[in-house]
Parts: sequence; C-alpha cells; structure tokens
Amino acid sequence: MPVTPIALSGGVVAIGGRPILRGINLTVEAGEFVALMGANGSGKSTLVRALTGLRPLAGGRLELFGTPFDEFEDWRRIGFVPQRTGATSGVPASVWEIVASGRLTHRRLFRPMSRIDRAAIDDALEVVGLADKARDGVATLSGGQQQRVLIARALAGEPELFFLDEPTAGVDLPNQYALADALGQLKARGSTIVLVAHELGPLEPLVERAVVMRDGRKVYDGRPLAHADVHAAHHESPYALHVDHAPRVVAPLESDQADVR
Amino acid sequence: MSPAELFAQPFIQRALIAAFFTGLAAPAVGTYLVQRRLSLMGDGLGHVAVTGVALGLLTHTSPTWTAVVVAVFGAAVIELIRERGSANGDVALALLFYGGLAGGVLLTGIGGESATHLQEYLFGSILTIDVTDVIITMVLAAVVIALGVGLAPQLFAVSQDQEFAKVSGLRVRGYNLLVAVLAAVSVTVAMRTVGLLLVSALMVVPVATSQQVARSFRTTLGGAMALGTFASLGGLVISIFASYKATVAPGATIVVLALACFAITWPIGSLLRRRRRLAEPFPVDPVAPVLHEECENTHDHQHGPDCGHLAVEHGDHVDYVHDGHRHAVHVDKAGARHYDEH
Repeated sequence: MPVTPIALSGGVVAIGGRPILRGINLTVEAGEFVALMGANGSGKSTLVRALTGLRPLAGGRLELFGTPFDEFEDWRRIGFVPQRTGATSGVPASVWEIVASGRLTHRRLFRPMSRIDRAAIDDALEVVGLADKARDGVATLSGGQQQRVLIARALAGEPELFFLDEPTAGVDLPNQYALADALGQLKARGSTIVLVAHELGPLEPLVERAVVMRDGRKVYDGRPLAHADVHAAHHESPYALHVDHAPRVVAPLESDQADVR
Repeated sequence: MSPAELFAQPFIQRALIAAFFTGLAAPAVGTYLVQRRLSLMGDGLGHVAVTGVALGLLTHTSPTWTAVVVAVFGAAVIELIRERGSANGDVALALLFYGGLAGGVLLTGIGGESATHLQEYLFGSILTIDVTDVIITMVLAAVVIALGVGLAPQLFAVSQDQEFAKVSGLRVRGYNLLVAVLAAVSVTVAMRTVGLLLVSALMVVPVATSQQVARSFRTTLGGAMALGTFASLGGLVISIFASYKATVAPGATIVVLALACFAITWPIGSLLRRRRRLAEPFPVDPVAPVLHEECENTHDHQHGPDCGHLAVEHGDHVDYVHDGHRHAVHVDKAGARHYDEH
C-alpha cells in the first residue's frame, strides 16, 4: 500500500492578513492525475504554492508522503514545474544545463555527476521530445518548448509527485500536444500529478479528477467537468456580480448610491 | 631599464601574480551576479568597501581586512533588502552605496590621511602591492574560485529559478548569502588591482563578452574567467610597456582592455543571434494539415542546400525563404515538380 502523497486538512493561507485559501481539505492518492481548476484569482495557484511550501500555511495541517510538512526532507520525491513564460536568465544556459539542475536532489556537494544522473537527464529530455535540442541555448527555444524544458527539469529528479502550475498557459497547440504526450508517459509510469489549469485542452483525456476552486474555497471535487460547467451555472453564486475582498472606496457624498454594493 | 630587467623586478612579479588571481576570481562570481541581473552589485559593494578601507587607515590595521569585513557586512545588508523585495529596494541600495563612499572619504579626512592614500584603493595601485597583500589576494581568490566553481550546479540552480531551487530542498537563503559574500570578497581582492571604483568592470565585462558567443552557462563561466585573466594580465603588461612613454594607470588599462574585448565580440554575437533566429524551424501543428498554395515553377534555379536561400526546417521538409516567400519543393504523384507556398 503506497503512502498518500498529499494530505491537507483545514488548509488556510493568508496574504497580508487577507484570506486567500480557507479551510481546504485535499487528499491525493498515489497515481492520481488531478487538475486544479477555477477562474483567475480563485486560489488554485496559491494552493499549489502552499502544497510545495512556497507559501506558508496560516492554519491547517499538511502531510507529504505521510510526513508532517515541517519535518519533510525527502525533496527528491517531489517535482515542481513553476508558472513561467520563459526559462531564461541574465546568462545563457543550455537546455541540458537547465534539466541537469533538476538532478540536484540526488547529488552531493562538490561531487561530479554520476552516470545514473546523466542517464536520468537524457531520459527526461527524451520524454518531452527535446533530446535533439539538448545543446541549444534555452533562450533560442519557443515559449512552449521552454515550458517542456521546465517539465524535463522536474522529471530529471525522478520524483513520484509532480506539481505543475499552469503548464499550458501561453503555449501553442502543437506544444500542448507534446506536453500532453509527456504527461501521459508520466501517468503511465505511475506518477502522481497535480496540475493547475485554466483550460485543459489536449490534457483533458488524462485528467481523472478535477478540483474546482472559487474564492479561495473548494467548490467541486470529482470527475472532470466540461469547460462550460467549471465557469457557469451551478458553481456560480446567487449574486451575479463578483464581490472584491478589497473594501470599496466610496465618496461620502456619492450621488449614485443605488449602484453601491 | 630593459623589459627583461623590468620583468625580473620583484614588484612587477608580485603585480603579475595579483593580476592573475584577480582576473580569474572576479568573473567567477560576476557570472552569478549577471545571471541574477545584479550586475551593479559589485559596484555598490565597491562603494561600501571604501568605508572599510578608511577604517583600516584610521585604526592603522590592514585596510584589506577591514575592507573585507565591511564589504561582507554590506553584502549581507543588501541581500536582506533584496530578499524582502520591497519596492524601495533599489533606493535603499543607493543609500547604502553613497553612505559607504561618503563615510570612507569622511573617515580618511578624520584620520589625517591624505586623499592620495585612499586613491590607491579607489583606482588601484597594483605595482605597490606588498608580499602580505599578494598572499591575502591569492588565498581569498582561491577560496572564491573554489566555491564559485565547485558549487556551480547549486549556485546556477538558485540563481536561475529560486522557487524551483527551494522545492528541490536547496537552502536558497544560504546560497544567496554565499553569492553576496563571495562578491564582497572578490571586490576586496580586486581592489588593489583595478581599484574599488572599477571593480565591477572586472566582474561584469568579461561575462558580458563571453555570453556574446556562448550558448551554455559553463562556457560562459569558463570563457569569462579566461577573458578576465587575459584582460588583467594583458592590461598590466601593456601599462608596464606604455610607462616608458607616459603615465599609464594599470587598473584603467585592464578595464579598457576588457571593454575592447567586448567591443570586438559584440558584433559577432549579434550576427550569430540573428542567424540563429532566422534558421529557427517553422512550427507544425500535429493535428491540422499544413496550409499551402501551389505556385508556378518560375524560378531561375532549383532550391537546394547550395542555392544560397535561407533553408528553414518545417516538419518533414525544408522551406526555402526568399523575398517574403516560403517555398518547399513538392513532387506530385505524376512526377511533376512544383513549389508549395507555405
């Protein structure tokens, strides 16, 4: 019986004192392919950041692979693909070098790379279909190819649990198919995958479970929904208008008071 | 004095050793600063180190050590401000930098030292370096190079993508601090060679030169270290020979030589980038068929690898690009040959 990769109960995240996530309960079992969905600002990216420890929890309890988060040290079991339009920095870097940095969870300080490390990097590049571009500078690749490089980087560490934050955002359709193909291979290998997506697109056949977020709360958890359902009808609040958390500033002598909510 | 006699002089040999180590160490750290888009951090640390030098002169201790201590302290403060990521971060840095410079000038005056003494550190005075300073330079430079190169995979990952590095379990804050401290140390190492006001040039210019032609991080780092060594040794030798005719400051010569290297490689780099961009394969949609029109075969030659037109990969074939057209040779079932306009 494999351990449960993610168990979050009563998860609360506050940024600047304002609640962003409230009372989230989420358990992901080994081998699941979960899509976190919802509108912009619904808290889906924040949830992934909370699960990876990039955003501290203000309340609740998070366990990764059965270990309370504060004691969790086994980072090689986790692969993270951040939300990113590019993979470039101030200095050129080759595709191979970026992917190789995903191998650091397995390497010791001041030690050269082993043959196993190199094989894992080559394998990761093979899965995302960029083996022939290994020596190219990452800045010369298209946005979709750069996104695949970031996936290969997470893949090189041979993790069991993947977090992907909006992997398809701003990626052209051919690259979305390449991406779906790579994720399909991961799924076939038995990896647990949690991804944030606004729209599923070519990923749709892979998704087994959809978690829909709205206003920092989990509003749906179950079989994947058609795109229209996520954004419409029964998840919509009875109040047609979206209410901001920010207090509305209204002049005291505002004449058009009827419009103020 | 003939050149042979000149180079046999101990003070010239000390200068050459110091230049070699400085030229090797400064770009090793500079590469990470450029990667983080913090190219001017070295300059700022140089300003802060002025206060350190002045403290040393005031208390009659070794200015090198006091400069190391103050610059490391300054680096830690800068890193703290940067980590908090406040919008006024760069204003806070500016305050620190000018405070450092003004404090240094003020302390020198209070200590009754003449400005010329401080100037040795501001603009470098590699030819007056003594044995102790050479040894300090060598040791500090060796530490910087060992950490900068030895921890390259970790420092690369942290500088490239902090969030990913954090989820990989790396101690991001520790590595950030390490880069800042290494930068502070190399500033003080380079202070005798090129001077505190030109320190940043030796950290940044070789990197900028190297990345014009490099495609990977490793070649950028290696190239920058080689170029830094070439510039600092070459600049020193040029200034020694030029000193027969005129007063030539070694520090300035080193920086000018490094900039000359950049000026030479920049056009090469932009040409390479342009060619790479043009030869980028055209995207192919795996689902939808490729749209095209047939066009008349009115070319005065057949497109091919040697026809001189830009050949760009497009899925399973090659498009030849000329005059705003993308032509691909197509042989139909009857064996007739025409061009597809893609």
